[in-house]
Amino acid sequence: MTLHKTLPGEDTYVPSERRIARERHRRARTRRATAIAATSTLVVGVVLFLLITGSPGWDRTQETFFSPHYARIALPQVLEGLWLNLRLLAVCGSAVLTFGLLLAVARTLRGPVFFPIRALATAYTDFFRGLPLIICLLMVVFGVPALRLEGVTNDPVLLGGAALVLTYSAYVAEVFRAGIESVHPSQRAAARSLGLSSGKTLRFVVLPQAVRRVVPPLLNDLVSLQKDTGLVSIAGAVDAVYAAQIIASKDFNYTPYVVAGLVFVALTIPMTRLTDWVTARMDRRRAQGGLV
Amino acid sequence: MSTAPVLRMEAVRKSFGTSLVLRDVDLEVAPHTVTALIGASGSGKSTLLRCANLLEEIDDGAIWLEGEEITDPRTDADAVRRRIGVVFQAYNLFPHLTVLQNITLAPQRVHGLSRAEAEGQARELLERLGLGAKADEYPDRLSGGQQQRTAIVRALAVRPRLLLLDEITAALDPELVGEVLGLVREVKDEGMTMVIATHEMAFAREVADQVCFLDGVVLERGTPAEVFGAPREERTQRFLRRIVEAGRL
Repeated sequence: MTLHKTLPGEDTYVPSERRIARERHRRARTRRATAIAATSTLVVGVVLFLLITGSPGWDRTQETFFSPHYARIALPQVLEGLWLNLRLLAVCGSAVLTFGLLLAVARTLRGPVFFPIRALATAYTDFFRGLPLIICLLMVVFGVPALRLEGVTNDPVLLGGAALVLTYSAYVAEVFRAGIESVHPSQRAAARSLGLSSGKTLRFVVLPQAVRRVVPPLLNDLVSLQKDTGLVSIAGAVDAVYAAQIIASKDFNYTPYVVAGLVFVALTIPMTRLTDWVTARMDRRRAQGGLV
Repeated sequence: MSTAPVLRMEAVRKSFGTSLVLRDVDLEVAPHTVTALIGASGSGKSTLLRCANLLEEIDDGAIWLEGEEITDPRTDADAVRRRIGVVFQAYNLFPHLTVLQNITLAPQRVHGLSRAEAEGQARELLERLGLGAKADEYPDRLSGGQQQRTAIVRALAVRPRLLLLDEITAALDPELVGEVLGLVREVKDEGMTMVIATHEMAFAREVADQVCFLDGVVLERGTPAEVFGAPREERTQRFLRRIVEAGRL
């Protein structure tokens, strides 16, 4: 076993009887715990299955929400719509990160000269963080075209994306700001004492630490944005949700919605696992080890 | 009074990845005695203390606390830790609690004392150790020395059978070291069994009953007079020479 090998700095090492017995006991305990976990999972699964399939309305529900026929029809169209969601995520995600970071930096600028910028950034985040996303979407998507401005687009995808950026930037800016403020003042003092200007201190010392610290909450917001790209369907853009809606309203069968929902879940799972992985890796790097 | 060791280690081995920190450590700590662990950085002093408190799982060997093997996988680690007090190098006080709350947390939540009992006992302890006026302050309002003394009081408040002190003066300004070591002396006079990892050789010499020079193994052990006065091992001699050159002994 690799654990028992001799390490650098010693000639021989033979594990004691005590260690072998201890490890045997631990392995047995792990096996027992795994068996218990598997059994209880199985029991809960069976109970849930029986409970749901045994309900009086199950047959109707199954036909309306879980029809294989409609699932087959819906899936290709939903996937086609999903391509729009993915493109929206990529573009809006980048815009949100950039704009959010700018807002956060604007809010942390010191000195009276910057008061208007600070105030503007504060007002912006206060407003858009409070405004429900759906209202923001409706205002932008239907309000902007109503102005009949020369050269301004009426495209629901662009306008919907803009609304997403407006709202999410406010959230992300606050995440960045929390990160910036969590960097200890002594770091700023050390950088300034080396002669770095305020701006260079921010760029080379504060932001790198701040950004690293807020990666997990940022990824969380991106997962949320991924789902909320589905809201552009209310503007009439044919994304995964709208594609499902078109089929569902034709035949009064809701299976396409279920399909669209599952597709979104399948999309967010890798993102969530990525978040967990990044967080765990950062924790490992910071931890000094130990059992507690 | 029994003279069975409070803490006993036998053939303890602990590695992190490929670095072997404790190779084969044997140690016995008799009741009401002070054991000083000395040795260079990285010689395993802190690791040894963390293993004794079950903060690290040892690879091989065994550790006994008052005759009970605590490295048995069936041991309840929390029950073991209830009987051991630890003071850390960086104080590790809880910044969101006042001095008094830091001290009464474990007596109340772990040992089931009522709030009045716990606070009464804590205030008495603080008074006796010269921190009475600081009971309602938050840790960041205290000097380093006061914080470390508070940490010692916090460890003592649960009436441990054994107190582990891990480089408790290493983060302190020189003029604050004295007050902390003074407190350790008082604790010793009350008969507490202690294991102290330290770089303060003069203090180790004065307060310890047993000195162990650590370097992956306990390379040399004896009374302070033996280890500091006439070290047998070449590596101990070299270490002590460096300390003397640095003006620390």
